[in-house]
Amino acid sequence: MIELSSVDLGLAALLVVALALTSLRVYPGMASQLLIAGLRTLIQLTLIGLVLKSLFESASLLWVALLSLIMLAVAGREVMARQHRRFAGVWGYGLGVVSMFISSFTIALFALFVVVGNEPWYQPQYAIPLLGMLLGNTMNGIALALDRLTQSAWEQRDVIEARLMLGYSSQEAVSDIRQHVFRSGLIPIINAMAAAGIVSLPGMMTGQILAGAEPVEAVKYQIMIMFLITGGAGFGTLAAVHLGVKRLFDDRERLRLDRLKR
Amino acid sequence: MFEVDNLSRNGLPLVSLRLEPGELVCLRGPSGCGKTQLLRSLVDLDCNQGQVRLQGEARESVPPTLWRKRVALLPAESRWWSATVAEHFPEGDIESLAELGFDADTAGWQVDRLSSGEKQRLALLRVLANHPDVLLLDEPTANLDAENISRVEDLVRRYLDDTQASCLWVSHDRSQCDRIAARTLEMSSAGLQVSG
Repeated sequence: MIELSSVDLGLAALLVVALALTSLRVYPGMASQLLIAGLRTLIQLTLIGLVLKSLFESASLLWVALLSLIMLAVAGREVMARQHRRFAGVWGYGLGVVSMFISSFTIALFALFVVVGNEPWYQPQYAIPLLGMLLGNTMNGIALALDRLTQSAWEQRDVIEARLMLGYSSQEAVSDIRQHVFRSGLIPIINAMAAAGIVSLPGMMTGQILAGAEPVEAVKYQIMIMFLITGGAGFGTLAAVHLGVKRLFDDRERLRLDRLKR
Repeated sequence: MFEVDNLSRNGLPLVSLRLEPGELVCLRGPSGCGKTQLLRSLVDLDCNQGQVRLQGEARESVPPTLWRKRVALLPAESRWWSATVAEHFPEGDIESLAELGFDADTAGWQVDRLSSGEKQRLALLRVLANHPDVLLLDEPTANLDAENISRVEDLVRRYLDDTQASCLWVSHDRSQCDRIAARTLEMSSAGLQVSG
């Protein structure tokens, strides 16, 4: 593989700076956001590169587990931050974390033990990138779905309560909202699968090919990852919507919007 | 019999009341004194404390979905979510259409073309479709003309006579209360008082 120098990276970074400068006049708000996000990419990826390097050298289960938990915690915070009207208190954070944990970790373990089957199973070279891709996509699905769920419940509270008044159960009262919510969580991954290979060459496969891998082998990995991601995002969204709907109502089937943050 | 003892919730005075079978009781009071909140509490849509019993059965022992079919609330403003009127009724089947001045083809009407008065009358039929034992009506004739007001009053009266259900009717109109109710409850920040 051709190694990249700092000058190469600097040239690529010039693009972001140029974009920020160009948009400064007409879109002043975006320029600073662009630069900050670019800077975050630089710092975060440099750090994770160093972390992964030392992790690969030590290859201990403890460190792999610790890094996984940190990734989960940050993803949970991200899910929370992306919601307009999140659940108040510990639920705002917990709902996303629990859903992501259930789906991403189970599927990562399934992939490591059953599909890839490397020795030892927690070999960080496989475990961390796999979990990272799963978490990232699951996080997107869950954040979209929860945001849509709480927002829809808020906007359509009159209709939901009108149904409750007629003796509908809480599940019946939000069944149409649930359909939209689940759909919004899954649409990104369905689109990605549908476009893969025709419109877009997925990043992981492209990376392997750049690193000199056999295209057919790289494609196999990409297919596996796509299916794992679909499972992760799908089951994570299912869990989040299930828990979210439960939390929206109490044991007397009252709509409890007071449980949302104002 | 519908019995309410020491019902309380935030910002509402303690309320106790009794409705006999077949009885229609009016509830009056200044705007914002908590009439709507009281009705919502009775169907258990908001958190509240106190004993509420229907025919001797405590509400805690009745599943909430069944409770809201037996103790039915007609809110002041009705909500409609499907395209046609019939889709809002159990099995799409609407009883008593003619008694409120509707044709038989009303079931197929588009909801977004209903007037506020039509919505109000159809919402009453929708509530009655559950055959409730207690009717809680929040200003059910507020958007209606004189002819339809008397249709609604007659229909409710007949329903109570036929089924021995009870009714709590919120109204701002003193002459309506005198006309339809044996008793009128006056609500204020101090609580409920019987008058008339």
